[in-house]
Parts: sequence; structure tokens; C-alpha cells
Amino acid sequence: MPKLKELSVGQSIKGHAYTPTNVSLFLYNAAIWNAHRIHYDETYATEIEKHSGIVIDGPLQGDWLAQVATNWLGEDGVLVEFEYSNRKAAYLGQTLVSGGEISSIDPETGSVRLELFIKDEVGDVTSPGSAIVRFD
Amino acid sequence: MTLLTSEITSWIGRSEPPIKAEVTRRDIIKYAIATEQVRQTYLDGDKAPPMFAFGLFRPVVPLTGLGPDGLAPMGATPELPLKRIMAGGTRMTVHRQIYPGQILVGTRTIRNIYEKEGKQGPLIFLEIEMRITTEAGEPVMEEVQTRIAR
Repeated sequence: MPKLKELSVGQSIKGHAYTPTNVSLFLYNAAIWNAHRIHYDETYATEIEKHSGIVIDGPLQGDWLAQVATNWLGEDGVLVEFEYSNRKAAYLGQTLVSGGEISSIDPETGSVRLELFIKDEVGDVTSPGSAIVRFD
Repeated sequence: MTLLTSEITSWIGRSEPPIKAEVTRRDIIKYAIATEQVRQTYLDGDKAPPMFAFGLFRPVVPLTGLGPDGLAPMGATPELPLKRIMAGGTRMTVHRQIYPGQILVGTRTIRNIYEKEGKQGPLIFLEIEMRITTEAGEPVMEEVQTRIAR
């Protein structure tokens, strides 16, 4: 439950570690109605689309990035702007870690900008993002 | 770098007729579980996480409309010379919280189509805007999704 006055630029925002499974990826893709075979058909993913394994959805990583902001905010404010890009593929079996930090604070509007990341096990950022949140 | 014909780029700016989608508590709960949300308000389906709308407006087409990769066409899009599709990212502006019981209206427009030379060959970027409003026309969010063909 952050309070605007207590925040400072550079402060880190806690994220989570995610280790998707066949089951969790299946449920995610069912929930968003996505039948792309790279998310459940390993032979297809590797032989036809030349991936290294079953692909962890980019938009799922996008959601995890948004969660860094929404979990941190709780009921104290709202997400107003959000963007991310998928830079490096992530595969089933990997553990991905989310996190972020405050990059600017505008006390006039109560807006705070966050830089967000999803990193893989070797520390590469697979999906960078940013968010602007506004405190009520 | 001449993958994009004038036929393809003529699609830039094209919109599709608006689609209506009903938000149900059950769909929010499914989405919240599958995305490993921790906030109880999402897990109870009392309101939708910001990225919920991404799934809500994905195309629902008959099985015969799915490609050999399993993907539905992202609405009306031009035939591209590159066939393997990857998610590229999203940028969105949120105006209103989404709640169960709402009927939302989404209008899809192709905002941009361009190519870049990637490390492993050419890439085509397709930027698709989704403008979402309530049934009464109040803005809910604007989202621009990037799809990459390689």
C-alpha cells in the first residue's frame, strides 16, 4: 500500500517468480481463446516454427508486467498507461521473474511512472515494459 | 526490403465493424487464475485485470477458419509473405475499470504495417488498434497490439 509522499525515484517494486507448466499455459490459452500450436504442440513448435520448445505466451508476460503495477498499487490508485514489448522468446521449463522500479513521480497529478521487466534465468530481459499509475 | 506490396500497405487505416462482448464474472475468474493473479478482487471476478480485454476481443472463428498454425486471423488482415506469427507487445491507455456484467464494444483498426531487418531475416510488424467503449460509448481503453511475422 504505497503512499505518494513516501515514494522516491529509483525505488524498486517487488515482482514475482513464475514457472509456467503445460497445465497453466493450457488454461491461459483457453482463457484468451488462443489455439496457436507453439503453446502446446512441442513437435510443431520446434520443427515447424523453429523454437527451442513450447513458447510461453508474450501477452501472458505482458499480464505479469501489468501485475507488478497493479499488485503494488492495490486499491490506492489505478493503472492509466501500460506498454510492453516481447524481445526474447521464453520457453516452458524456464522460471521468469518480474519486477520494476519507479522512474518518475509527478506530485501535481499523483502520477508515478514505473519501468518494468520480465527476466529469464540467465538474467536477460525477455519483456521490458512501463506503466503510468495514478494515485487517487 | 520490398516485402510490402501496395496491396498490403493499402490495408493501413482499415477498420472493421464494432464487435460486442459480454464480460462475465466466470471469464474474469478463469483469466485471473490462469494469469496467477494475487489480488482477491480479480480472483473473485469483482473486476477485471487490465490485460483481460486482450483476450475478450480475440477473434472467435469456426475451426475451419484457423490456420495450420492454429491461429485465427487477427480480424481482417492482408495476406503477408511471412507466415510465422509472434506476439510483439502492446501499449494501452486505460480510461475505465472493466466490471462483470458489462457489454463492451471493440473496434479494430489496422494502424500500421512496416518491415524491419531482424537478426535472422526480415520481419513484418502489424500494429492493430482496438478501441473499447461501453455500450453507451464511454471510453474504456485503447490498445495497440503489435504482431510480428517472420
